[in-house]
Amino acid sequence: MSVDKDTVRRIAKLARIALEEDRVEPMERELNGILAWVEQLQEVNVEGVEPMTSVVAQKLKMREDVVTDGNIAEAVTANAPVSEDNFFVVPKVVE
Amino acid sequence: MSLPSKLTDFTLAEARDAVSDKKVSSIELTKAFSKAVADGKPLNAFVTETPEKALEMAAASDARIAKGEARPLEGLPLAIKDLFCTKGVKTTAGSNILNNFIPPYESTVTQNLWDAGAVMLGKTNMDEFAMGSSNETSFYKPVLSPWRAKNSNAALVPGGSSGGSASSVAANLCLGATGTDTGGSIRQPAAVTGTVGLKPTYGRCSRWGTVAFASSLDQAGPMTRTVRDAAILLRHMASVDPKDSTSVDIAVPDYEAGLENGVKGLRVGIPKEYRIDGAPPEIDALWQKGADWLKAQGAEIVEVSLPHTKYALPAYYIVAPAEASSNLARYDGVRYGHRTKEAIRDITNLYEKSRAEGFGAEVRRRILIGTYVLSAGYYDAYYSRAQKIRTLILRDFEQAFEKCDVLLTPATPGPAFAIGEKSNDPISMYLNDVFTVTVNLAGLPGLAVPAGLTADGLPLGLQIIGKAFDESTVLRAGRAIEVGANFTAKPQHWWAA
Repeated sequence: MSVDKDTVRRIAKLARIALEEDRVEPMERELNGILAWVEQLQEVNVEGVEPMTSVVAQKLKMREDVVTDGNIAEAVTANAPVSEDNFFVVPKVVE
Repeated sequence: MSLPSKLTDFTLAEARDAVSDKKVSSIELTKAFSKAVADGKPLNAFVTETPEKALEMAAASDARIAKGEARPLEGLPLAIKDLFCTKGVKTTAGSNILNNFIPPYESTVTQNLWDAGAVMLGKTNMDEFAMGSSNETSFYKPVLSPWRAKNSNAALVPGGSSGGSASSVAANLCLGATGTDTGGSIRQPAAVTGTVGLKPTYGRCSRWGTVAFASSLDQAGPMTRTVRDAAILLRHMASVDPKDSTSVDIAVPDYEAGLENGVKGLRVGIPKEYRIDGAPPEIDALWQKGADWLKAQGAEIVEVSLPHTKYALPAYYIVAPAEASSNLARYDGVRYGHRTKEAIRDITNLYEKSRAEGFGAEVRRRILIGTYVLSAGYYDAYYSRAQKIRTLILRDFEQAFEKCDVLLTPATPGPAFAIGEKSNDPISMYLNDVFTVTVNLAGLPGLAVPAGLTADGLPLGLQIIGKAFDESTVLRAGRAIEVGANFTAKPQHWWAA
């Protein structure tokens, strides 16, 4: 399988990474190089093999459903590039 | 045993014993290493140096020692990979997107080290988001290896992604360092810098507070000058942690205790698939020597087969980018990290521009590959198939471990290469991890130990792979390699006046 320029534009859109038009062709080439290389996985017989979900067999841990942290709005927003009164600031999203 | 004349030549174990015997203070040690870090600037091993914080921590350690309240790592200066969040100290993950990020919390691994008394010298440089095998993808410029080939001044890579940690351990800028290993990022740089690197079993160290790359593969571990030092550090990094549900509730043993018990009767497997075409003959010769050293100390050598080995690297380059594309979705230019200064149309445009400016080329490439293999219609062909191959790789190891207790393999397909030599060819760069990546896919512990020099005088390592949570045996076998190799070479001190 390989990707074309439209697919590269589409996945860049899905990944929310702006891709300048002159970067589409080199990216197409780089991605196809990697995809051609991983193609060898098609020769492995995986009939009846379960996909791995966890490397170490263990039961998912449960914990008490209680509040253990919180009321730290200032710390949460401390690294925001733009914030106001402990709120994150974004461009208008509702018309 | 006589101690080295220079404090920075101490091993972690020697420094620990000297501090607890009050032959040297933590302040003296810390000043010596902070000066080595400052003098080591040409290596570019650190993104952030914290000499003042180090002195404060050292003073507190000396006070505890005076009161007879010393903890196991009291007053010992360490370097921390810049992937571990450190409260109040900038943590970049080697990326422009986190250039101004100051965590309001501490990672569990580093908290464990401070709780054991260790001192922080600073944060080490690394490949961006741990994606790389040469430290060349760092936003903060490549790290240089302290090693140079005989009769050459060419700058060599220290391996990656924990390149700054490897370089600073090899150059004696610290007593030991933390690293993280997703496909080989502790063991490969350790091997090419003549140092010891241990990737523990998945779940041994908490991942909480460590910037995530590929969550089912990432694991923190120690990088040191000796196997004993790795045993000491791992004990104080590992823990079960309520904040990481994949951390495992198994008591952390005293890894140092059985270190000298030898390998008599230990069954050491040699996986024939690790003999690859085109590898330099020096690699095969060193591997044979390693088997001979273990045999001479009483181990039994057995040939084993890991038939799916050749599929590990391509499977990794589906699984790791897929997980990375999900993990790195959090960098949105809103909650933390870089935000574009350009004019933007709407919130989507804000995301797109902030991320395009914040991520480097290799990270962008991997996010796009990951997004593609997880996208509608391709999931089964790529991600699901890769996870099935992972099951087969784990099964290979389980079958091999019916015949042996540990495996012995080369650590890397070659020695350190020159800066720029492989940076234009992603796949040739990825091949550096061909011997290490299988271990991450199966979640097992792997240890790189320095074992010899090439004809050009560059270090090469051997790898011991063990059963899950059997780091004690891995370290004991690694110690036997260390005894057999008697590796004493050090790089020429060219970087400081």
